[in-house]
Amino acid sequence: MSEFFSPGPVRDALTSSVIALTVLLLAVIAIIKVRKDEPLAAGFAEVYRRRRFSIAVLVLYCFVALLDSIAWVGGGSVSEGDLVSAHEARSVIDRVFSRPRERGYSAPLADKEFYEGSPLAARHVLGTNVLGEDVLYLTLKGARVALLIGAVTSLITIPLALFFGVLAGYFGGRLDDIIFFIMSTLASMPGVLLLVALVMALGQGTLSVCIALGVTSWVGFARLTRGETMKLRQVDYVLAARSLGVRPARIILRHIIPNLLHLIVITFVLLFSGLVLSEATLSWLGIGVGGSWGQMIAQAKDELSRDPLIWWNVVPAGVALFALLLCLNLVGDALRDVLDPRTRRLRA
Amino acid sequence: MSVLVVQDLTTSLPTDEGPVPIVRDVSFELAAGRCLAIVGESGSGKSMTALSILGLVPRPLAITSGQILLEGKDLVPLSGAAQRRVRGREIAMIFQEPMTSLNPVIRVGEQVIEALLLHEKVSKKAAYGRALELFERVGIPDPAARLEAYPHQLSGGLKQRAMIAMALIMRPKVLLADEPTTALDVTIQAQILRLLRELMGEFGTALLLITHDLGVVNQIADEVAVFYAGRIVERAPRDQFFSAPAHPYSVGLLDALPARAQKGARLREIPGHVPSPTNVPAGCAFAPRCPKRGEACDVVPRLEPLCDGSRRVACFYPEEPV
Amino acid sequence: MLSYILRRFAYGALVVLGVLVFLFFLFFAVATPDDIARRSVGEKATPAVIEQWKINHGYDRPLFPGPGHYKDNLFVRHMTSMLTFDLGRSDADGVPIKQRIAEGAGPSLALSVPLFFLELFVSVVVSLFVAFFRETYFDRIVLVFSVFSMSVSILLYIIGGQFLFGTVLRWFPLSGFDSSPSLLFRFLALPVLVGVFASVGSSIRFYRTVFLEEVHKDYVRTARAKGASELRIMLKHVLPNAMIPILTNVVMAIPFLFTGSLLLEAGFGIPGLGALTVEAINANDFSTLRAMVFIGSLLFVLGQVLTDIAYTIVDPRVTLE
Repeated sequence: MSEFFSPGPVRDALTSSVIALTVLLLAVIAIIKVRKDEPLAAGFAEVYRRRRFSIAVLVLYCFVALLDSIAWVGGGSVSEGDLVSAHEARSVIDRVFSRPRERGYSAPLADKEFYEGSPLAARHVLGTNVLGEDVLYLTLKGARVALLIGAVTSLITIPLALFFGVLAGYFGGRLDDIIFFIMSTLASMPGVLLLVALVMALGQGTLSVCIALGVTSWVGFARLTRGETMKLRQVDYVLAARSLGVRPARIILRHIIPNLLHLIVITFVLLFSGLVLSEATLSWLGIGVGGSWGQMIAQAKDELSRDPLIWWNVVPAGVALFALLLCLNLVGDALRDVLDPRTRRLRA
Repeated sequence: MSVLVVQDLTTSLPTDEGPVPIVRDVSFELAAGRCLAIVGESGSGKSMTALSILGLVPRPLAITSGQILLEGKDLVPLSGAAQRRVRGREIAMIFQEPMTSLNPVIRVGEQVIEALLLHEKVSKKAAYGRALELFERVGIPDPAARLEAYPHQLSGGLKQRAMIAMALIMRPKVLLADEPTTALDVTIQAQILRLLRELMGEFGTALLLITHDLGVVNQIADEVAVFYAGRIVERAPRDQFFSAPAHPYSVGLLDALPARAQKGARLREIPGHVPSPTNVPAGCAFAPRCPKRGEACDVVPRLEPLCDGSRRVACFYPEEPV
Repeated sequence: MLSYILRRFAYGALVVLGVLVFLFFLFFAVATPDDIARRSVGEKATPAVIEQWKINHGYDRPLFPGPGHYKDNLFVRHMTSMLTFDLGRSDADGVPIKQRIAEGAGPSLALSVPLFFLELFVSVVVSLFVAFFRETYFDRIVLVFSVFSMSVSILLYIIGGQFLFGTVLRWFPLSGFDSSPSLLFRFLALPVLVGVFASVGSSIRFYRTVFLEEVHKDYVRTARAKGASELRIMLKHVLPNAMIPILTNVVMAIPFLFTGSLLLEAGFGIPGLGALTVEAINANDFSTLRAMVFIGSLLFVLGQVLTDIAYTIVDPRVTLE
């Protein structure tokens, strides 16, 4: 499976553009759906009012990731020694921020190499790493990796959890027993160990990391939907619809799923931050996704103990990761405050 | 001689647009061994009045003016510690939901003697002795075992009896009861009310009863205060209130009672809704819903004695007693 | 009561069996013995080398029972070696995994036990304070702090902690382990500190919610009406109720103390079970990985049964039926 994401100029450009477009399309559909749902739309307006800055930062991340997802082959000039070659698919970010490779570390805005003192091929705003790659360029590229992991995994996790959770909660009985057993089995394996085992078995690569993260994270949300569905099943209007003989599929689509929307939204945002954190952990263990911030931080393991200190590789990646997670957590908290009836009661 | 005198009490919610009063200029007095019933719809400020007397209004609400005199001593300016010495000892309270008002993980006996241990130097054993006596007095069968039980092992009626025992263990001068029977079955309601009445006589405790149920008022109260939008609109002795209500709102409340309606006639209801505290109409708050509204109603009416001196009414066009 | 516990154990055993079947599927079907061999000897190895590796490591058998090999197949061998706690030998160096785990449990516990109890103590005390001073600036500050600390990856805590306390201040060694009591503290202080910092934010948030939910309950109002002080209410009324979810968390976490922390142990060079797992990842040692997941889920199931029993002790409303 992992070869699907292996480099290949046209396919690479195609896959990243297709994924970006799919995510965009889903986002548009979600926005249209939400605008029809009045309480949810009002909730979003309130969240926007409270977390304007965090949302702006998140939009900026999405924008950078989008710029890095739209890629095509050819056009533009590629200078000698650049990180991407002319016959590869290059994104907007590649075209604007790519800098020639140096021979090793160089400090931010330095004009010569850190250890050897030889002159540099270009100016690097945030310096270069051990391989001589431009840190600013790598940091910007990390945005796409982080959002890709979050988006693809969410696309696996949420439908899976919703499907099994609603099925188990609505029909109960034997079906519930089986689904609950599967969930118990998966939940009984310690999260990190299961994650590692899955990545090792599936082989490294973006898609297998996403699948592994999906398998480990769907159970929590499925339990939540199962419980909520069991409650909703007993609500008056659902009982009425059932007594009138409305088909289960229709009840689930018309009455159950719409009432789970707020949970889906809250879970999506908080799950997203958890996924990005987990990927960083995998990178540290050497089985993460290439080009992620986690990988940049993992490289810094021995850089900080050097003298003189090399800080410019870990700091930008750390800050970029921290800011993304902080904004996600803040927005997720606000969403939960506004949309979840339980916390609403708590604050009153 | 009144044990409790409340004078011009106002409790407000601070907001960005200034304080919003929930309880407005409320005054009443309560004599030892007597029962004053506060009636009104939910949101009329009844419960908040009781919590103000206890000094327990939930933050950020606060008493903004007025006096609460317990045997002549004002409770409002007291410090937190001084207020705590009053609570549970001189003024006690029982709440609507016996199910949730007891701590689920502490034995009932322990909870009953807590007030005693807090306010008096007694041994635990002596305290248990008092609790046992009291449990017998409030009619809990097998009281020794019930003291050792956890709340979930008691029925609703027994829980409320335990709550009453808990409130009365210090023989308080004033007992506040917020809808004490609403959550109970009708048969048990009557038993609990009878018990409260008996205990008031025995202990000389004054009872401030908060309820929306006029049936309860009829069974137990000596006097009635009707709340509307945070204000008292009528205060009258029970019999006069039921036989000849003076305020149009009181008339409306009684007309909505099935027992008073003519057989076969439609129950009359009061048109409109109770205003929320944030947009109480200027002047008389009841005017928009009032059948007798007139020009004078643009001004807030004061609670003044009616010409025969039997009661006080805040209305410019009250029903005259016959 | 006894029959309930027995039934819980039976379900737990079923779950463990489910885990074993899942592990077999993952490590013999998704990643076939050929894949595993190729990862160890290299992508470009000849078929003969791969066959030899499979013979040496016991992967040269049919997957499932069949005529002629009802006992000698990978499925039966996998299940029996796990269920008898034999656990087999490491794919990387042939050392019995059981021995490795026995060696690693000590250092893991030496790190995880103090870490766990310090973190529990700090987060419960802080959240009790927060609930006491709710809706004040103190509450706000703690909440902001916990969201911030949750947004920092543990990797940054490890790197930052080593840099600040090891390189700059030189209070503690950067990494390493020594089981002699005098040196143990020096080596463990920094990883414990980093571990507490990394997890205390989310714990405080959790316990704060637990306490606040209790603080708003009716029985608190009753206690206030009796004249109890806020401090007394917190300690005598709220804490016993909050103990129920807290205890669940604690009992649930105890089995995991054995499996240790992958990141902390690897980052600070502590030769525990977490470090063992990380080594297994780097060496493509699939048999050790399988054994670790199995042991982990076994401990989890045990923790769940213990939690159920603990419930009946702290919550008088719960009886095991």
